Amino acid sequence: MTSPIPTGGNPTAGVLLSVDHIVKRFTTAEGVITALDDVSLAVAPGEFVSVIGPSGCGKSTLFNIMGGLVGDYEGRVAVGGETIAGTHPAIGMVFQEESAFPWRTVIQNVAFPLEIAGVPKGERLERARHFVGLVGLDGFERRLPAELSGGMRQRVAIARTLASSPRILLMDEPFAALDEQTRLLLGDKVLQIHQQLQQTTLLITHNITEAVQLSDRVLVMTYRPGTLKRVVDIDLPRPRTSEVVGSDAFGHYVARIWSDLREEASRGIREEETRTLGHGATR
Amino acid sequence: MTARLANSRLAAALTGFGTLVAILVLVEALIRGGAINRFIVPLPSQVLVAIPRIIAEENVLHRLWETAREALWASVLIAVVGIALGILLYRFRLLRSATETWVAALASAPIVLMYPLFLVIFGRSAATIIAIGFVAGLPPVILKTLEGLVGARQVLIDVGRSFKLTDRQMFWKILLPAALPSIFVGLRLGLIFALINIVGVEFLINFGGLGQLINDLAERYDLPATYGAICFVILVSIVFFILMERIERWMRPID
Repeated sequence: MTSPIPTGGNPTAGVLLSVDHIVKRFTTAEGVITALDDVSLAVAPGEFVSVIGPSGCGKSTLFNIMGGLVGDYEGRVAVGGETIAGTHPAIGMVFQEESAFPWRTVIQNVAFPLEIAGVPKGERLERARHFVGLVGLDGFERRLPAELSGGMRQRVAIARTLASSPRILLMDEPFAALDEQTRLLLGDKVLQIHQQLQQTTLLITHNITEAVQLSDRVLVMTYRPGTLKRVVDIDLPRPRTSEVVGSDAFGHYVARIWSDLREEASRGIREEETRTLGHGATR
Repeated sequence: MTARLANSRLAAALTGFGTLVAILVLVEALIRGGAINRFIVPLPSQVLVAIPRIIAEENVLHRLWETAREALWASVLIAVVGIALGILLYRFRLLRSATETWVAALASAPIVLMYPLFLVIFGRSAATIIAIGFVAGLPPVILKTLEGLVGARQVLIDVGRSFKLTDRQMFWKILLPAALPSIFVGLRLGLIFALINIVGVEFLINFGGLGQLINDLAERYDLPATYGAICFVILVSIVFFILMERIERWMRPID
């Protein structure tokens, strides 16, 4: 069930997204910090993979590197074997922060990537309507984001990214700001979309329940410097719903991941405290 | 729901109008009671009576048109130049840090007192008035445009980057719409500054629209008519505000 030497690769299937030996360092006032140290992972077509780790493990840096928003790193990101640098149409990003354009209605938001691609208006609205329906926002097409709840706004962002037909959907804690119940229900929606589109998805999260509920594989990261600690294959049957949360197997996976994560999270908190104390002493 | 909305809007309008009437009645009572000297503040009822008189005898509607036209030209210039300069300061960081404080200082400078200089450059003409209105209204538009662009949320820019927008698309599709609410705040402020200065200069150089009329009437010590003419200045600003609101709504298309 778990592999002791983490590579994150799935040897039995082809590879769509691969991240090879990524090292990322930041120069700060306190010196050079290694955010990511030799991180490698691979995602097969149609697979749902989660990357989980404590705060400060470099999850978001990894997200930004894969999405092409952050450069200047060692290693390689490849889609279908082709190395990519910078943003790439094959990778669609959904951000942690709310990112629906507040000046556009739901349908205009979702149609945005099609508008950029020069798709004629009638066609792009029709295609956008399909994705609005897919995330369950029918009837809200002409509403502005300000008129929607936080969960609905994140669904707009997901629909917008899906409308660009990315080969890989890359999400950075899209439900972090939502309450637990909304998060579980949105998880159902994500499962349903994944089932329907067979969309290859990589989710960055710090939420164990969410990771187990949604994923085929969960990659556990260490606290700074971020490395892959363990890969946990989630053998829960699909199609899944949030009801899976109640099963024994689910609890078992959560406990397994938590035991790995706990060490890292504790270490993270300890080091943060030491750093804060250090700052206090120099003041 | 729309009916309720319309009702609440009507209620707000009625409350606003009622408050205005109440204040005027209060002032009328205070003057009639002798608490306010009627040689300094005319009776509101006299001002009301004076309005048809200045329309008929002082050609106030033509004056209003003069002032409105000057204000319109000044606002077009303010919008075009102010927004462009704001964008320029956003694009060139050095220019921004070098000049931002100066622009802010200009906002508080009493530009109207520089009218002799403008008279020398443009002569005693509408051009002088428009130029002063323009210079007075420019700083808030520049500063608010800059503020709006700088304040555009990084995640929205990242969305644009992830969709591989060109610089031009990034500006028109993300930065500018994100900055628009702030830009309109700047335009409203700029317009107020411009209108105050336009009427002020008309008054000072005794040329043009409502400002000149107010000057004439004040010198004749026709206080009800003077206040009546001031009401028309307020009318100009109301018309411009409504116009601005319309434009703002139109700039946010919903299809």
